Amino acid sequence: MTRPPTRISSVKFGILSPEEIRKMSVTAIITSEVYDNDGAPIDGGVMDRRLGAIEPREVCPVCGNTRESCPGHFGHIELARPVIHVSFVKHIHMYLKATCRVCGRIKISEAEREKYIELMKGLEELGLDYLKRRLHEYIRRKAATTQKCPHCGAKQYKIRLEKPHSFYEDRGEEGYVKLNPIEVRARLEKIPDEDVRLLGGDPVDARPEWMVLTVLPVPPRSVRPSILLETGIRSEDDLTHKLVDIIRVNNRLREHIESGAPNAIIEDEWELLQYHVTTYFDNEAPGIPVARHRSGKVLKGIAQRLKGKEGRFRGNLRGKRVDFSARTVISPDPNLSINEVGVPEMIAKILTVPERVTQWNIEEMRKLVLNGPDKWPGANYVIKPDGRRISLKYVDRKALAETLAPGFIVERHLRDGDIVLFNRQPSLHRISIMAHVVRVLPYKTFRLNLLVCPPYNADFDGDEMNLHVPQSEEARAEARLLMLVEKHILTPRYGGPIIGGLQDYISGAFLLTNKSTLLTREDVIELLGVAGYRGELPEPAILKPGPYWTGKQLISLFLPKDFNYKRPAKIAGATALRCIDEDCPHDSIVIVKNGVFLEGVLDKASIGREEPESLIHWLVKEYGEDIARLFMDYVYRMFLRFAEKYGFTMGYTHLLLPPEAKKRILEIIEEKKKEVYELIEKYHRGELEPRPGRTVEETLEDEIIDLLSKKLLDDVADAITPYFTLTNPVIIMARTGARGNPVNLTQMAALLGQQTIRGRRITRGYLHRTLPHFKPKDLGPEARGFVAHGFVDGLSPIEMFFHAAAGREGLTDTAVRTSQSGYMQRRLINALQDLKVEYDGTVRLPTGEIVQFLYGEDGVNPMMSDHGKAVKVERVIEKVIGWRI
Amino acid sequence: MSKNKIHSIKQIDRILEEKLRGRASALVYNETREKVIEKYKEKGLTVEELEKIIEETINRYEKSLVEPGEAVGTVAAQSIGEPSTQMTLRTFHYAGVREFNVTLGLPRLIEIVDARKKPGTPIMEIPLIDEYKYSEEKAKEVARKIESTTIENVSKEINVDPYEGAVIILDPEMLSDKGVKVEDVISILEKLRLGKVYVDPEDPYTVHIELRPEKVDYTKIEKIRTKIANAKIKGIKGITKVIIQKRGDEYVLVAEGSNLAEVMKVPGVDYRRIYTNNIAEIEAILGIEAARAAIIREIKEVLEDQGLDVDIRHIMILADIMTWTGRIRQVGRMGIAGEKPSVLARATFEMTVQKLVEAATEGAIDPLLGVTENVIIGQQVPLGTGIVEIYMTPYTPKEEEEEDIEAVIEKSR
Repeated sequence: MTRPPTRISSVKFGILSPEEIRKMSVTAIITSEVYDNDGAPIDGGVMDRRLGAIEPREVCPVCGNTRESCPGHFGHIELARPVIHVSFVKHIHMYLKATCRVCGRIKISEAEREKYIELMKGLEELGLDYLKRRLHEYIRRKAATTQKCPHCGAKQYKIRLEKPHSFYEDRGEEGYVKLNPIEVRARLEKIPDEDVRLLGGDPVDARPEWMVLTVLPVPPRSVRPSILLETGIRSEDDLTHKLVDIIRVNNRLREHIESGAPNAIIEDEWELLQYHVTTYFDNEAPGIPVARHRSGKVLKGIAQRLKGKEGRFRGNLRGKRVDFSARTVISPDPNLSINEVGVPEMIAKILTVPERVTQWNIEEMRKLVLNGPDKWPGANYVIKPDGRRISLKYVDRKALAETLAPGFIVERHLRDGDIVLFNRQPSLHRISIMAHVVRVLPYKTFRLNLLVCPPYNADFDGDEMNLHVPQSEEARAEARLLMLVEKHILTPRYGGPIIGGLQDYISGAFLLTNKSTLLTREDVIELLGVAGYRGELPEPAILKPGPYWTGKQLISLFLPKDFNYKRPAKIAGATALRCIDEDCPHDSIVIVKNGVFLEGVLDKASIGREEPESLIHWLVKEYGEDIARLFMDYVYRMFLRFAEKYGFTMGYTHLLLPPEAKKRILEIIEEKKKEVYELIEKYHRGELEPRPGRTVEETLEDEIIDLLSKKLLDDVADAITPYFTLTNPVIIMARTGARGNPVNLTQMAALLGQQTIRGRRITRGYLHRTLPHFKPKDLGPEARGFVAHGFVDGLSPIEMFFHAAAGREGLTDTAVRTSQSGYMQRRLINALQDLKVEYDGTVRLPTGEIVQFLYGEDGVNPMMSDHGKAVKVERVIEKVIGWRI
Repeated sequence: MSKNKIHSIKQIDRILEEKLRGRASALVYNETREKVIEKYKEKGLTVEELEKIIEETINRYEKSLVEPGEAVGTVAAQSIGEPSTQMTLRTFHYAGVREFNVTLGLPRLIEIVDARKKPGTPIMEIPLIDEYKYSEEKAKEVARKIESTTIENVSKEINVDPYEGAVIILDPEMLSDKGVKVEDVISILEKLRLGKVYVDPEDPYTVHIELRPEKVDYTKIEKIRTKIANAKIKGIKGITKVIIQKRGDEYVLVAEGSNLAEVMKVPGVDYRRIYTNNIAEIEAILGIEAARAAIIREIKEVLEDQGLDVDIRHIMILADIMTWTGRIRQVGRMGIAGEKPSVLARATFEMTVQKLVEAATEGAIDPLLGVTENVIIGQQVPLGTGIVEIYMTPYTPKEEEEEDIEAVIEKSR
């Protein structure tokens, strides 16, 4: 299919006039019968064949097309009496109020009218829509309050709208008089075009009287298809049901009128017709009982089809279901490149790429066609130059392969090297969808490199992801040039890498580059093999007692030869390991000079994800994303391999404390508890001084929490740190930033401390106590959620209860937060999505209004910035002369 | 490496002037100069090195510039929205002052974006002018003028009884703390016109009100009590509490509640440095530019407080779209989304049916300029690579040529 060369430049909205409805109609619908005894649609019924072909192989009697190409045609129903369109009641009400009941003119004096017309035209010319709307609003209000028509002098009455669609005129002594739709329509007809314009209407495309229906359009069959149930029973669409109701009542009403039935009966039928038409349009209109199926199921009106998240707009127009997509569970594969995705063969045989046969690829295409749909790599369809699609499933493939010629299009299986889009929901930012290169692999899951987990926020506890195959050359080119993973190592959020090492990559890097790590020739060969190194081995760092290499030497092999870098490692975060400058005894400053890794250990600060101004950040920025990608593909693989070789693991024994430490912890707990009891004692004696602005009780609670959570945990942490050194895997993980933190360690090895809900100690439960195990009004630590054990020792049943209670808070918090932040983001996107940078550097709305004269006040793209700055001059200097300072 | 050592700052300036001036923004230029001179003093510098630094700086600067068509709005929305999923929901204590609860995190962000008239927890920071800021006593003096003191603040008990009338037992400590005299209380109570006010002959801190007979109504007892309790003795409306904080060597007042216009007038207050987190108030009193700055500052603080790294440009663009019309607009259907020129975009966001009906009655035209509209009708979106169009001057043949062409066409027939 070729793209039509035209572009729709605008869409105009309006109300269909009765003439238009009749003109576009192919037939009047006159009978409520739908099918005859054979099940064939009856002419003049709501499923009339002329309303468009919907059955397979059915030919449309109007346009001659089949189901695939017939657009469907409208019919119409001539209503016996006019009926008000519910959606427009407010506007009808406005027109009735603002115009004279006798002459139909706007209730504003001629002079003023002229003035407003001038004003309106001026605003229109200037394109000031907002002010124009305000003017209409003002005129409406002004006209509505006038008691006497300035044109014909007729006295005006108040008009009340009774929801959903009745109008009453308050005629003073006569009381309220109902205006039927005929009268309403008659009044609206009288309004002159110019006055309609003054009231904000459009006399050409939206005459007010058209808001009262005399003819009802019947939508094409394809809009309301019937479903054949398994039992063979046909089930009609809700709209069809509603239309049948309307026709039935309409016919009855007409008969009554023609037979001169009493007025009351006619009124009743009229009202019923009004009801059916109303619920046809909107079955949630206020003040009206909802129309239901016989089964009691609520019918869907036209409004319901459009509304809401799954409605036509948000469900089908802004977001569309697509072909050429796949979804399955993801699993990790560190051996893939970060820009690759492992696609199961099963999926690769279903997803296809259209490839045009040329004289250069014809042999290859023949092979694919011969392989067919079941053998990978094959093809599923061949499209002939005349546009015919041939399925390779049911055809003599050998013969077809023979006839293959340039100009044919082969829909071939997905294969290695194809570009696809990969996505994980929720798609909160643009890096939730990136382009990957296909690698067809056995088994049934998508495989991805662990380093791309952060942008997708993916893990492997059952996550599923989607994959899309771009079908046009333009789309593929954009995917490769703009969306490939390595183009998104840097995030526009803060101008730093979002892709980078995590967890075992970091522990592994630390262990490998650690001073005490010495590698034998075998180790070096294995590690460099993993990293795909092809050159010569470097000179060993140690010669006696045998040749040994350091981890840093291996890293140096992969660094660009003019690379200079200096930054404290993450482990320098602990004061004990901090150094001021070079020659650091703790090896906690990473120093690279002229591509030689001299000092320091690699950890989160230099190779981690979400670390601006780190080693990988400068690699991406200064040597390009390809070098950075290769570094991540190969060197990072070495980190993992080393962690495996080292046997990096963490277990129960790494958390055990010697008896004296346990004793010390108990002492600290006792000490703090004692202080708490003293406070409580003081409180009971009434001696506790309240803090300013707080009650005594609040003060007591504040102080207790202070004691039991902050002070106690700090003391305990101080007591246990000496027993945990950088040889302990837990500490390695916490200090290097791989996983966990010192608080986690305390919680495991020592105690959990005070459990809180909403920042308070736990107080809920029974009257004056949390659990029946305690005495009422017990304010002691144990009774209010203090947990004196850690995970190694195990919690007592009561402690475990408190811990679970506090843990629940976090869960509910997350649940509430996701919906709130999701809505906020939807609004933010909606507000900002149309902004773009113009060629002149300004930020503008599509209408041309300038929002910023220079983007971000300096015209710098945050993604390409050095952590927010246009140029980080320190880094430039370091880059150039870092080798000598 | 090279012997071409730089000898003076003047020489650096000369090279910079020649090679860098005009090729990078002034900001970058100045920073480069500063840093280079610093390094030169520390470690010395050669001409080659300096030239290399300049080259790299220019290179980086040029690469960092934003490209035309960049969908900066969407990127900003995502950059603010995505980390907000990681924010906490709870409110926290205000930095250093545990007395005040301040809404932070996601709820505060939503509050700002909603452009609420009043924040959930209004707070003011009130610095003082030189004469006041170094003395706690003087600061307290100003605080007293600002803090609104009601009868309830200075009384231990307020009882209203239809027979005995109202009895207010004052708290002498609070009276002196707030600097209020019993006479002040009496004159305030008299203004309420509830009845005769007198001090208990036995206790100078107990005040009675003899309720006028028409005021005695069981159903209104509670109302009268609240009226008495909330009667303002002095201070500024809306400011419920003021705390004095020491920052560095100066005293700063922190107030719960906000009333920018009134507080700025109080003598001793340094109105140039005053701050409130009520953005609507800032707009009303200091104007739209101040409001924009406040939005940026508030959002930045919320994000920083949560430890989230978001580039300031994203926040600026959000603040700009909220304020560029000259008034603060909410991010949502009552503001920015509701004022879009596109019918389809408005209808898609919220209240689909109403918006469509409205458009129909007005005979509205959708110019199809934005993103949503074009997605809906299946056209390329006018952003990014979608803005690229081909401009060409069609070849118009000159007169004599035209004749030639016609002849050719004629021949081919």
